[in-house]
Amino acid sequence: MMLLAVFDRPSIDWHAFAPETVLLSALLLVLLLDVIFDERAKRIIPTVAGAGLLGALLPVVTLAVDGQDRFMFGGAFAVDDAALVLKALFLISGYVVVLLSIDYIRDGDYYENEYYTLLMSSLLGMLMIASSRDLVSMFVALELLSIPAYMLAAWRKGGPTSNEAGIKYYLMGVFASAVMLYGMSLLYGVAGSTTFADIGLAVSGEDASPLVVLAILFVVVGFAFKVSAVPFHAWAPDTYEGAPTPITAFLAVASKAAGFVALLQLVFVAFVGRPDVVEPLFWVLAALTMTVGNLVALRQENIVRMLAYSGVAQGGFMLVPLAVSGDAGDSAITAVVTYLIIYAFMNLGAFGVVMAVARKTRSGQISSYGGLFSYAPGLAVAMTVFLASLAGIPPLGGWFAKFVVIQSLFDAATVSSAVLGVIFAVNTVIAFGYYARVLREMWFSPVSDGDSTPIKVPAAIATALVLTAVATVASGVLPQLVGRFGDISTSLAL
Amino acid sequence: MQATGFDAWALSLVVFLPLVGAIVMMVIPKAEEELHKLVAIVASLAALAVGIYVLINFDYDASGELQFVVDKSWIDVINSRYIIGLDGLSLPLLVLSLVVVPLCIIYSWHHIPEPGNPKAFLILILILGTGMNGTFVSQDLILFFVFFEIVLLPMYFMIGVWGGENRQYAAIKFFLFTLFGSALMILSFLALFFLADGTLGGTAANTFDMRALPAAATVINSTTAVWIFGGMFMGFGIKVPMFPFHTWLPDAHTQAPTVGSVILAAVLLKLGTYGFIRIAIPILPEAAVEWAPFIGLLAVIGIIYGALGCLAQTDMKRLIAFSSVAHMGFVMLGIATLTEFGMNAAVFGMVAHGLITGMLFFVAGSVKERYHTLEIARLGGLLKQAPKMGWVLGFATMASLGLPGLAGFWGEFPAILAAYNPAAGLAEETFRTYMVIAAVGTVLAAGYLLWLFQRTAFGEPSDEFADEPIDDVLSTEWIAWGPFLLGIVVLGVYPNLLFSITDDTVVSIAGLVTAAVGG
Repeated sequence: MMLLAVFDRPSIDWHAFAPETVLLSALLLVLLLDVIFDERAKRIIPTVAGAGLLGALLPVVTLAVDGQDRFMFGGAFAVDDAALVLKALFLISGYVVVLLSIDYIRDGDYYENEYYTLLMSSLLGMLMIASSRDLVSMFVALELLSIPAYMLAAWRKGGPTSNEAGIKYYLMGVFASAVMLYGMSLLYGVAGSTTFADIGLAVSGEDASPLVVLAILFVVVGFAFKVSAVPFHAWAPDTYEGAPTPITAFLAVASKAAGFVALLQLVFVAFVGRPDVVEPLFWVLAALTMTVGNLVALRQENIVRMLAYSGVAQGGFMLVPLAVSGDAGDSAITAVVTYLIIYAFMNLGAFGVVMAVARKTRSGQISSYGGLFSYAPGLAVAMTVFLASLAGIPPLGGWFAKFVVIQSLFDAATVSSAVLGVIFAVNTVIAFGYYARVLREMWFSPVSDGDSTPIKVPAAIATALVLTAVATVASGVLPQLVGRFGDISTSLAL
Repeated sequence: MQATGFDAWALSLVVFLPLVGAIVMMVIPKAEEELHKLVAIVASLAALAVGIYVLINFDYDASGELQFVVDKSWIDVINSRYIIGLDGLSLPLLVLSLVVVPLCIIYSWHHIPEPGNPKAFLILILILGTGMNGTFVSQDLILFFVFFEIVLLPMYFMIGVWGGENRQYAAIKFFLFTLFGSALMILSFLALFFLADGTLGGTAANTFDMRALPAAATVINSTTAVWIFGGMFMGFGIKVPMFPFHTWLPDAHTQAPTVGSVILAAVLLKLGTYGFIRIAIPILPEAAVEWAPFIGLLAVIGIIYGALGCLAQTDMKRLIAFSSVAHMGFVMLGIATLTEFGMNAAVFGMVAHGLITGMLFFVAGSVKERYHTLEIARLGGLLKQAPKMGWVLGFATMASLGLPGLAGFWGEFPAILAAYNPAAGLAEETFRTYMVIAAVGTVLAAGYLLWLFQRTAFGEPSDEFADEPIDDVLSTEWIAWGPFLLGIVVLGVYPNLLFSITDDTVVSIAGLVTAAVGG
């Protein structure tokens, strides 16, 4: 009786919760259809999943039009412009991943319905992480997005590499979670509260106590695994190579973005008063991640591994603004979010081409791209667009992503930011080396196996490619389209 | 002052019509080769037609001012705007680019290099056209940067796919050199953005507006300005290319297909020199004075080095490539004097070099097609086997060595003369030394060019080709070459045609230098 009287049901703003609700309903619908119709449901499941993702986008738009910041559960769940931009990014990336998955999953004789269910669960976690402003909700969201991903990585059960991918990803992920949880417990000990706002107050001050330093270090290291920052990146190439390719795309883009979203909230809300600890930490992570990722990528023979290391390096580029978070302030948030959005499109597109080409060549070797331009000019041009964009060549989206990062460094205008800028610039030029290698194969080399029958691209992959290619070009020619979203995301810093 | 009505669209059409053509071609199946050629030529001629409209409606009495200005919002988050406009400095180069592209397409009509595929080849030419036209009309640093970079990939593919034996190496070398330069250039642009005070120039505090920056950049302290100029020097200097960054050029030129070489020589190299006059010098005149002796030194080294390089070449195309290094040296020397006279000469030199060297590469391409070699030792007797082509080659070499009465003379001679009396703040002794060295360079130029002509055109055809039927100039070649030949003569006989257009803008830029030194 007493308990009931004390318990006050928190008021729930259903509008603010609508994107999650819609996605959850679609997820349950997919599950139900599978149970009721069994095999017969297979044909419509991907459609339902895709529609569910796009459906969840609707309330995101209405919330954005409404434009009001909403907070729930004592500030643990926030819906502001930043959260909405990121939710939209997750949903659109998820939709592209569904498009990429349809033919791969159907042709591969894998479980289909469960695949989409898990994919959607993981996306649900991502939607929540974009809104969480509290240690507990963030941790729950993180596990919700990670656990289905462990299973998805091992989806090609027949192949030993896929099992390796799943188990490596799982063990590393759990280890990272444990480290992070320990850090979180220390933070709670310091602040006596789990919300970021309170933690922000508690950890700021004259000097950082060793306890606070340790707590920040542990939490950041945990997420460094998630975004595959060097030296916590070892799982990524094996997992990427072994996992089903659409899941690799999902991990490389959406999952990595989720890690960055969490880092943004931590750095700019919870640790905002401690740039003296955060900045050097990210400086080292960024410099290592860019350099190691790029140098190792240069040596790869397999296209997926190459893209994996390129993804590591790109992650390093995205860590750069965090290394000047205190000095650059808002422009660092803008840079990270803008980079994430552009990166999502160009990287998903590159994976799309890899999948389309692999359907014919049955190979992941870079050398198998020889002469692609002569027998599949459309795919070769698309791949050129994506890789050139990743390399940062105008007028493709990537240049603007790199530009905003450099801009944030200039904004900070400190000696350490200048040094990081030099490392950044050198890495940009190095990165061109391995992207150019693929370009060279596609355009300049003769057809590798002599088989130059045209590639038939399934409609779903074609749609995904057109979508991502248009977005990649548009964000380079009219960067304001993306830049605006990066700009309004600064609302994150409360 | 913003343009209205059709004038507001004119420059955008000039820039984007080639791109529209390229997009149309992308959806046409590859097998429709004739249709592709038609679309390409129509798109490039349409851009030229609008260009002629601009040429007619350009107010020549106000050539120092930007005309056909459009100023629209583009990337608000970084305060970069879509600003385009045209003044006496941009106009000749824009026209050069507008003329060269359709002529290259006409030349390609029967000369699509191995491995064929006119669709892709012509699309790349059109994209190059958009990049080049856009660079010459941009008045915003970021817009300029984007157009400046658009030309990279098409040229990379053009060299790498349709080039000679060593094409892959040449293509990647071209790309990496230029990429490195532009990375430093963009850093300089950003430094300007943060350090310059745009409110002085009438816009927001942080600006990329090239019209406002000369006033806005006066607040930057001189040490920093020297560094910023250094970044731009690398970006533009590699593109020119200046000694010692020139090493990509002979490879790229030698390996590129004929049309690629022509576009590279006629227009792409000018993006660098144009950048110096349009951006680096007016925005940071004080730093320009600091750098000028150094630039002049590299320029004269380029002149002599290029000439000596020419004397050592056994390949006709490579020889012309090295002569480019020498000629661009004269252009850079003109710029380094920072005087009205010198910079006028430089602009003239850019146009003249574009026409003359473009012409030489055309002839080299046609010779290669007929003889399947460009080895000078194996050639000879061109005047006997293909007399018309022989005379065209002779005409172009005469123009290139700076024969008075042809266009080449008016680029080189005034540049040398300008070095006698450089801008205030520059050491006369230094520049007079440069003058003497550059003058020696002209003698060497006469030497290597006449020697080239003598070895390839005079005498008897070598035994291996003596019995082969060699076609003389074809009709498509006449159409493609005619305007080049005409331009060389007209500018040579009446140079004031060009000088009168460029003078006003150049005077105001030189004025900025004088003001910076005086103040």
